[in-house]
Parts: sequence; structure tokens; C-alpha cells
Amino acid sequence: MPGLGTTVGRGGATTSPQDLVNSDCILIMGSNMAEAHPVGFANVVKAKERGAKVIHVDPHFSRTSALANLYVPTRAGSDIVFLGAIIRYLLENNAYFHEYVANYTNAPMLIREDFQDTEDLDGLFSGYDQESKTYTDHSSWDYQRDENDNPLTDPTMQNPRCVLQIMRRHFARYTPEMVEAECGVPQESWLQVVQTLVENSGRERTGALCYAVGWTQQSKGVQIIRAGAIIQLLLGNIGRPGGGILALRGHASIQGSTDVPTLYDLLAGYMPQPAEMLDAKPEAQHSPTATTWGERKDQHVHKRTQQTLQEYIDVAGMKLGWWSNVPSYIVSLLKAWYGDAATAENDWGYHWLPKIIGDHSHINTSYDMLDGKVKGYFLLGQNPAAGSTNARMQRKALAQLDWMVVRDLYEVESATFWYKGPEEVDPRQIKTEVFLLPAAASTEKEGSFTNTQRLIQWRDKAVDPPGDARSDLWFIYDLGKRLKALYADSTEPKDQALRALTWDYDRAEPEPGSRLLDEPDAELVLKELNGFYVRKQDEEGNTNTYGFREAPHVPAFTALKNDGSTACGSWIYSGVYPEPGKNRAASRHSDGGTNLDWGFAWPANRRILYNRASADPEGKPWSERKKYIWWDEEQKKWTGKDIPDFPVDKAPDYRPDPKATGMDGISGTNPFIMKPDGRGWLYAPVGLKDGPLPTHYEAAESPVHNALYKQQSNPAAKFHKNRKDNRLASIGDPDYPVVITTYRLTEHHVSGPMTRWMPWLNALQPSLFAEISPELAAERQIVHGSWMVLKTPRGEIEARAMVTRRLQPLRIRGRVVHQIGLPFHWGFQGKSTGSIANDLTHSVLEPNVSIEEAKAFTCNVRPGRLS
Amino acid sequence: MQEHANEPGRTSKMLTDVMEIGSRVQPFSRESRDKAARIRDARVVHSVCPYCAVGCSLNVYVKNGQVIDIEGNPDSFINHGTLCPKGSATFQYTINSSRLTKVLYRAPYSDHWETKTLDWAMGQIAQRVKKSRDETFVERLEDGREVNHTLGIASLGGATLDVEENYVIKKLFNAGLGIVSIENQARI
Repeated sequence: MPGLGTTVGRGGATTSPQDLVNSDCILIMGSNMAEAHPVGFANVVKAKERGAKVIHVDPHFSRTSALANLYVPTRAGSDIVFLGAIIRYLLENNAYFHEYVANYTNAPMLIREDFQDTEDLDGLFSGYDQESKTYTDHSSWDYQRDENDNPLTDPTMQNPRCVLQIMRRHFARYTPEMVEAECGVPQESWLQVVQTLVENSGRERTGALCYAVGWTQQSKGVQIIRAGAIIQLLLGNIGRPGGGILALRGHASIQGSTDVPTLYDLLAGYMPQPAEMLDAKPEAQHSPTATTWGERKDQHVHKRTQQTLQEYIDVAGMKLGWWSNVPSYIVSLLKAWYGDAATAENDWGYHWLPKIIGDHSHINTSYDMLDGKVKGYFLLGQNPAAGSTNARMQRKALAQLDWMVVRDLYEVESATFWYKGPEEVDPRQIKTEVFLLPAAASTEKEGSFTNTQRLIQWRDKAVDPPGDARSDLWFIYDLGKRLKALYADSTEPKDQALRALTWDYDRAEPEPGSRLLDEPDAELVLKELNGFYVRKQDEEGNTNTYGFREAPHVPAFTALKNDGSTACGSWIYSGVYPEPGKNRAASRHSDGGTNLDWGFAWPANRRILYNRASADPEGKPWSERKKYIWWDEEQKKWTGKDIPDFPVDKAPDYRPDPKATGMDGISGTNPFIMKPDGRGWLYAPVGLKDGPLPTHYEAAESPVHNALYKQQSNPAAKFHKNRKDNRLASIGDPDYPVVITTYRLTEHHVSGPMTRWMPWLNALQPSLFAEISPELAAERQIVHGSWMVLKTPRGEIEARAMVTRRLQPLRIRGRVVHQIGLPFHWGFQGKSTGSIANDLTHSVLEPNVSIEEAKAFTCNVRPGRLS
Repeated sequence: MQEHANEPGRTSKMLTDVMEIGSRVQPFSRESRDKAARIRDARVVHSVCPYCAVGCSLNVYVKNGQVIDIEGNPDSFINHGTLCPKGSATFQYTINSSRLTKVLYRAPYSDHWETKTLDWAMGQIAQRVKKSRDETFVERLEDGREVNHTLGIASLGGATLDVEENYVIKKLFNAGLGIVSIENQARI
């Protein structure tokens, strides 16, 4: 989530669905919240009953739209035109929250003289390299700096090089007329949205913004999120009750799997995976900032190697702000992983950590697989044969493996690709050896999920899993034990990391009532995630050394040290299990307020992030109505309804010495403590691969040329143009004139492995359909309820036609553009089967996070079935 | 009126009112009197919905070692006892005759599954990992930089799993074995 990370500091929702009831206005865009997050949406309905205005902007009319005060249909892929015009309106009409913007954002910062905007370069920023199709030099995007490296500012925000003035010029062409022409949204509708937003912001009122993968799954998804976050900063909505940005995540623990994480470019707690990039100009293509906070201070990251821990810290850490603590976090992580083998002499085992050399993300790995470079594959509850874009390519890639392990509850498409599929399959031609292992369900194991609001919630185990089904914790633990045994006698340097790896999660006592004797203890893993003392002084001043099991827990990440005396598996989770017997993820006490004793929200159990911003620069609440965290002058500390997201005793009038480092460099008025300047970034001087400001580019496949710039699509996106298995329709291609977007239904989940085996849900939502307007249906002679074929350069699928006014033809620059909506839950396995929507999608990747563009591409349709 | 103590309050009061009219003979059969929700006396296990990321709390009701029902937890500030269609169907996700309970194995170029023991499969998988890792491990790039990794093995999935499971995946695969392509649904 670098969109949020770069803008406000952390890659997670700043607020919770429950806080939406405090909103005066809720803008939902890039999400069908009512159907994809129904229980979360109940809060929107409650807010509406209390008088909040609800706005839904989406290509597809859904139950979210039906319950909104205002629904605005728009063209898939045109989001930044719509949002950019709102930014322009706020700036040109002086409709932004001036005191908030001047004090809490980087609007007053001066940008270097050699920075050139898309206005100057027709859709490109300075630093673009035409040969590699990437931004290889980000240096001009940076602040102007003084002799202490501190940014120069103009508090009046009048200097033409200040961020606010650069933004005014950048967004000048994002006019209401442009919205009408490009989004297909009448100016009046758009204006109604802006006015509603403005009326519901300021000292007395707040508005919230909800988005989901309708934004993220685009070739400029990060910049769409940035545009939304900029609007929230300009309106003064972040860090305040009823405000914020709610990133609606789509899996039970997708936040947890990003925090801990199972991502190639990250270590725990959003530290980057160490990198030794192969490319001569790797920063642009492959720097590990991908899903990190993205505020790396040094813009010449790629010129450094990361062979030593110090070199890594120089890249991953920062001089100012909270990230100055990276040394403590990385050393504690290495102590958690390598235990006693991690010593000061061997750099705490840092050299054992594998270094990435390029983009090893899911889709690129699939291409490597296709090319025969990958021998073995683990699929742990994911189903790329149906669930990943360009699914046909995915299935072909699986056939190139030597072996594959699939762990799931059911025989999913990815496990059966060798004998079944939409295309003809001959098992005798497929070498891949497949191990299909039954997995335990969530009720059959203990452990925690981290939800969309960063809330870690523990699940108790109800019953044993059936037969040979086991938890994934058991699988990995058992596999680790077997591999450690296989390598036990190795003296080869490459095997020493595994030999040193701490691996001790056996239960102290057998699990009561369970027939399983070797299921590991998930609470021990949670203890390691929380962190513990390796060495600690007792009250008499004696230093004790502890083994993992008896070690005292650390109470919080503030206790972590860089001297090897603490170990911690993920610093942001510190505090979740602060002492034996106190698993805060398992605490369940609702209090009708902030509910601080229900679960544990990282970091430090804060429920609304950046909540220092809920008070004015002097530390007083902006208004009584929106009171949340404030400075208590008598007690000399921050207090309020939540855990302050700020050093609790740092007074509002604290001003740093110009030479200060670490958190000392953050002023008492700077709420965004993860940023080196403590401010929300309207303009991102570093950290993104496609520019410091959101810019409208058309989707990789689009019916129209970009009306704003000569540059058609995101110049830094990864197109994989040399791959014949990822063919794209051309711009305005007459063979593929229809815009198509994919989405979820309430009754099914992703590609269906967790739902299409269940008669209850299949009865509610029995088969694949595509939503199509009456106009397009008439044009193509497609009848409601009958079959239709959808076609893209990647493939063809069939679906039942749902002819409905939920999809409206739009007028784009005077011509009619049709849009189709397609749920993507089906496949050839399960009790309800249907075509795979992802056989249509392509694999052009967003440059920052390598996400696929499944929300806006082009197709064609015809009546009938696949022959 | 002791036997009605477990009835929901309103029904209990109605029963009491009815019984106080006229005859002292109770107009209810023993069967009616003994009727109670299936979940009475069941063990309640606290869980969380496995679908979207809203994080609705579940009460899992267990009787005689079997899950007999799954409902929303009314105490939760997140869902106040409510669930969406998927969450309400969690029971059928877990108690389902289509679930895999045995290890299935497909040999190279084979056209069928074979049932195998878990122990055999784990042993085989460990050997495959070791072989592929040993064949593809790179300690240094050509220019001498140390990378200690393998690109020959990859892993996908994690967003449906527990935090603790994700942690040990990354720990074993990355810190232990040197696998770098460890990915999940976050990019999808």
C-alpha cells in the first residue's frame, strides 16, 4: 500500500468501518462496499441515518449506489480525472482546510528548480528514461534543502516552487469540462460531489473516503489512492473521527500477510527485503520500495550495495522520524530468526538473508515459471489457475514446473490443471508432480487474522481438522523440521542459515481434547512476533539471559534494542502479547466507544492513525464535536479517546533543533511521525516510481486516446510487451470497443475455492453472468438470460447475459462508450462451475506494487456460446 | 416455572401467562416443554470469519466434538451478531462432504491421483525442496555480490492464512532456505 504509505506514512487504513458512524460525509469510490463488505457497510447506513451524506462513484450501479444519497456513474479507468478535478476545485476556490494544510502537510515545501512537471513534458515528469521506460532519476523531485538537509519552506505558500503552487499548475487542466468529456460524468453531478465534500469538512465536520480494489487494480492504482489521500489531506480529514481513508481489504488476513509478510520485497513491519539489483538502472524498475513506505530519503538507493547490515540500514532507515528506529527493528528481527547464532561479530546473521535482484512478484514469477526457471511451487490457499489475471498463462506456467504443493480445503483449479481446464489438456504431456494436501479450516486451528482496520483478532480452535487435514502452521513447522534434519550435517556456507534458524514451537503440553500430537503452539509464534528479551537486567541489576520459552515478553516496540538484547518477529505487532497469559488479540470487550480492549490494532493499539491531527497546532480539539486526542496542559501529555499516535509527552510547542535527528527532529505540530518531515505528503518528493503527483493516464487497454497528455498510459507501468502470452488490444481498437470491469458478488469469494463448493451459496448465486446495458444488448442482439461470449486478445469466455440498466452507456467526447461488468468468481471445479473471468484479463503491472489491471480493460461481445 | 428458565424471556412470560389461566393442568406436552435451541449446552468457541477483511466475530458451537452451528457473535463491536451470506455459510465451508481429507499425489505424466500418507508426502516434499534448492542456490552474483538466494522455488498465498502461519512461511522459506519469490493475494 505505498499509496497510503507514501502520502501519510503507513500502509494501512487510517480508520475503521465503525468510525464511519461519526462521518458527516462518506465518499465510496473504487468499491462496492455494500456487497463486498456488507457488515462494514452497515456503519455507512447508520451514518446516513444520522444525517451523513453518502456518495458512490462507480461504473456499476450496485446496492452501494442504491443506498447512497448520490450515485455517479463513471468510466472505468478515469478516476484521476474525476479526483484531480476535485483537487483543482479545492485549490482554486480556496476551499481547502487552510490551517490543517499549512501546518500538517508539505504544501509549503519548496521543490527543486530542476523539477519538471507533466505540464512541461506533456505527461512525463523529469527523470524519465525512454530506453528503459522508467524514471531512472528521481533527484529533481526532491525538496530544496538547507545546509542541515532540512527542507526549505514558504509558510505563505505563495512561492511558485512550493508544493501548493506546483499542484495548482499540475491540476490546472483537470477541469469540470474534462470530467464530463473523459469520465462521462455531467459537470453538475461532479460539482454536487465536490460541494458535498466541502460542506462536510473543516473544524466542525469530517468526511471519510472508502476504496477497495476498484482503485488498486489499475495500472496507476497507487496514484489513484494518492489522489484520494490528497483530497483528504486538503479537506483536513485525516487523523480525525469520522474522517480518514478506509482501505477495504478483501481477505480475512490480507493486512496481516502484508504486515508480517509473505511478500517478496518486504521484511516484517514494512522494512524492505535486502536487495542487490541486477539492472544498471534498477531504481526505476526494481527498487524494493515497492510496498514499503516509500519515503527513502536517499534517491540514489540503487547505487549502494546492501552487503552489510550498515549498508542496509543506510538504505532502509532514515535520519528523521520514526524510521530512525530501523536498527533496533532489524537487529531484533535477526535475533528472532537466527537466535544465538546472530551475533554482533557476524552482523547478526544479516548476510544470510536472501537478497532480491529484481521484481520477483507473483506475475513475474509466473513468467519465470513459463520460461522454465522455477522448479518447485507452493500454493498455500491461493488459486492462480482461476484467480490470477491472464489465467490461461498461469495454467501454462504450472505445467512447466517439476513439482508443486497445493494446500487447500478442496480440489481447486490450480491442483487439477494437469487433467482439466477450459482448454484441452493431455496429462501425458505434463510433467509437473503434484502434492495436494488437505488443509485445516479457520475453525480447526488457533491463530490470528489482521482485518481491514489493522485489528489483530485471535481465533480459538473449535475442533480437530478432518482426516489428514492440518493447519498450515503444522505444515510449515513439520517441513522445517524435516529440512533441518536433512541439512543437519551440512558444512556448506549456503546451508548455515537454515541450521541457525530458530525453530521451536512444540507445545509444552498436549492440546486438550485433540487427537493431534504434533500441532505447534500458535501462541509461541505470537510471542516471537510480539518480541521478547534475550537479555534483561533484573531489579537487582543482574543481567539475565533467556531462552525463547522462558524469556520475558517485550511490552511494546519502544523496548526493542539494536544490541541483540531483544528479539522481535514484527515490530509493529509488539504489544499484542505483552506478558504471559495476556494475549491482547484474544481480548473481547466491547465498550461502546473506541473498543480498545477488543483485539489489538497495530501499531500500539491505535485505532485512528495520525490522531495528533485531530487537534489544532496548539493541541486543542478543532471543535468540541470532533474532539478525539488533545494536549492536556496540566498533565503535560496527549490524552483522549484513543492511544495517541504521537510521542505522548511531546508538547505542541516543541520545535526541533535544526540539527536534531530521529524523533527529536519531529516538531510538536507534525502529526505524520513516520514521515521524515512529520507532514502528510500532498507531493511525494521520493518513494514512487511513476511520479510525485497523480496524473491521468488511460488504462493499458482503452477505447480512447488520453485527452490530457500525449503520454497515453502510465509511462512506468510494466507492460511485458515482449511476451506473446500477454497480447493487448490497441488504443481505440475496433475489435475490442467495450470497456469491461470485474467485481465481486456478496455470495462468492474470489475465484471460488471457499464458496463454490457450498450448496447454500450456490443456491443464492448459481452461475456466472455478465452485466450489460439494454443499449449494448440491443446493438449486439443479446437477450437477457441467454448466453453471450466475451472476448479479449487473451481469450474468450461465455456467460449468461444480465441485461440491466445498472450499466449505462457513457458519452465520452461525444461518442458512446459501453461498459460491461463481470463477476470473477467462477472456474471449472466446485459444485457451481463457469468460465474463468481471468482468462480475459491481461498482466500489465502497476509500477510501484506490480498489481494487475483487472478493473479497466477492453473486450468485445457477441451472442451465443463458445463452440 | 423452573423448566422455562432457559426460554427467551418473552416466550417464557407468555407461557407463564397462559398457564395461569384456568386449569392448573399444564396444557403442554413434555416434548414442548423440553424444546430448546440446538445450541443449548453447546461449547461456544470464539472465532473470526474467514472471508472478507471486515473481521466479523463468530461463535462456533461445538457439541460432542462436532461443530453444530456457527453464528455471529452479538458481543462484537464489529458485527453485533450479524453476518453476511458468506459469513453465515461458514458452517458449510467447514462441514462439507467435498472437503479433502487425504493426501492426493499425481506422479509426473500420470493421468490420475493416488492416495498417499501424510508422512510419505511430507518426506517427499522435503526432498524435492532440498534438491531444487541445492540445484538453484546462488551465493554470489557474477560481480561478486553476495545474494544467498534461490529463484528455483516460489510460494504463493497467505492472505487467507493466519498471521502466525504467514510468519513461519516467511521465516522458513526466506530466512532459512533463501527463497525470494514469496507472494500472496495482496497484489491481486
